[in-house]
Amino acid sequence: MKYVWPIFKREFAAYFATPLAYVFIVIFLFSMGAFTFYVGHFYDNGIADLSVFFGFHPWLYLFLVPAISMRLWAEERRSGTMELLLTLPVPIWATVVAKHLAAWAFTGIALLLTFPIWLTVNFLGQPDNGVILASYVGSFLMAGGYLAIGSCISATTNNQVIAFVVSVAVCFLFTISGAPLVLDFFQAWAPLTLIDAISSFSFLTHFTAITAGVIDLRDIVFFVTLIALFLAANVVVVDLKKSA
Amino acid sequence: MIEIEGLTKRFGAVAAVSGLSLKVGKGEVLGFLGPNGAGKSTTMKMVTGYLAPTEGRIRVCGHDVETSTIGAQAAIGYLPEGAPAYGDMTARQFLMFIAEVRGFTGAEAKARVASVVEKTELAPVLDQPIETLSKGFKRRVGLAQAILHDPPVLIMDEPTDGLDPNQKHSVRTLIRAMAAQKAIIVSTHLLEEVEAICTRVVIIDRGTIVADGTPAQLLARSRYHNAVTLLLPQGEAAEAEKKLKSLGAVAGIEKSARDDGTVQMTAFPKSGALLIEAVGALAMSENWNVKEMYAEAGRLDEVFRAITTRDTDRAKAART
Repeated sequence: MKYVWPIFKREFAAYFATPLAYVFIVIFLFSMGAFTFYVGHFYDNGIADLSVFFGFHPWLYLFLVPAISMRLWAEERRSGTMELLLTLPVPIWATVVAKHLAAWAFTGIALLLTFPIWLTVNFLGQPDNGVILASYVGSFLMAGGYLAIGSCISATTNNQVIAFVVSVAVCFLFTISGAPLVLDFFQAWAPLTLIDAISSFSFLTHFTAITAGVIDLRDIVFFVTLIALFLAANVVVVDLKKSA
Repeated sequence: MIEIEGLTKRFGAVAAVSGLSLKVGKGEVLGFLGPNGAGKSTTMKMVTGYLAPTEGRIRVCGHDVETSTIGAQAAIGYLPEGAPAYGDMTARQFLMFIAEVRGFTGAEAKARVASVVEKTELAPVLDQPIETLSKGFKRRVGLAQAILHDPPVLIMDEPTDGLDPNQKHSVRTLIRAMAAQKAIIVSTHLLEEVEAICTRVVIIDRGTIVADGTPAQLLARSRYHNAVTLLLPQGEAAEAEKKLKSLGAVAGIEKSARDDGTVQMTAFPKSGALLIEAVGALAMSENWNVKEMYAEAGRLDEVFRAITTRDTDRAKAART
């Protein structure tokens, strides 16, 4: 913790030192609103719940989260501060965790700022606030998953555009790994257990389960494990680059 | 305090550093010289734990850099090449960040920052974002973060690169002031810097050490060591050359005509001989109209050129 805290603090403050934070939050809130009201026809549904709103989260995260994570390591490599950071007496795992947590806390703030929609739906009717809370928790966990993937990919390159494009592609595969688009590719040759395993990686499946209002331990374990695995891979990538 | 044994680093097929061994003790200021690409920065990056060696061992204050990285890094202050820093932070925020990462909190962190700000004369720009600072101030911010925890080992990659002569002078004064308590490695291209601050010089070329000694020892290897240079009018030059050659201790003479009608002549001694007295006496007795006369201590740049290879040769060697 003594290692993680100072780096977390610096990283978190860095979002607000540049226009990045404000641009991101504005675009995030604007697109959340636009999708919910115009694409999702929030009012026309006549139901006081936020399922439409949460339904768009995976798809928005798919593009917005890599925009956050692409700079995490690629920028440090490009600007040379990587050398400064990695020669400070801090273990690599602590740096990896601190960077991820700072990015996660930042997306958490963006997510919290969507609260007016929660007020709206409570004003209009009597929604199940337990389900909404569960959905927020699920959405936050899912954002953490996307961030971990993006952070790991950012560590492999010093080019932010590459980090962004590859992250979007990998996140996309994880989002829809339960859908025919991915599964058909394996169906012809892979054993059933592998196909089951691949489809169980689907963010959509786990997230939809949570937004249904049931916080199943397995769904939480899924996201937490996924984050841990990608951060561990992130540590390995940073360490391997030292010997390259 | 720094022990390097058989250090080798290969990038693919290219060996940037090969079999380098070196010990640096307390009180030493080691000037690390070598042509671009000789392996200076790579060696420093390995000592500070940024790069992992292909072979060899490095110990810093008893900590093995590979197995006890954190312990070694805590003992090292490091100014990387180009003095990288987070441009969007102010100098104060950045130094506070370094202080906290180094384990100082609250009042002690503030006191540490205040102390290095004074030493590096950063006060006027303390609350400006680092990216808006001039090159000289940026370099000093880098220097300040390196010495903030008063490390027993200080490693600086070109600390005065891009500074003006006044700034260079103050940085060198600072380094000299710290020298007695620390083991310091400074890489540089500036040979006058070596003479100004270093107690020892190591020249590396193609990843191996080609010279190791005090600045005076290296100067003694120069062919100019104890040579005498005279400035004479054109008319007396031929006669003087003949007379100088007749001196027993003179090994050879080089001369070049100047635009102002004088000739600059350098007499090189046979090994170990002192020439200045004999040449002086000769000039007196012959009553030459000498404009200038001085004995040379030796020229580091000439020693440097003689024992290192040019980059074009190195590139050729790397291909074959």
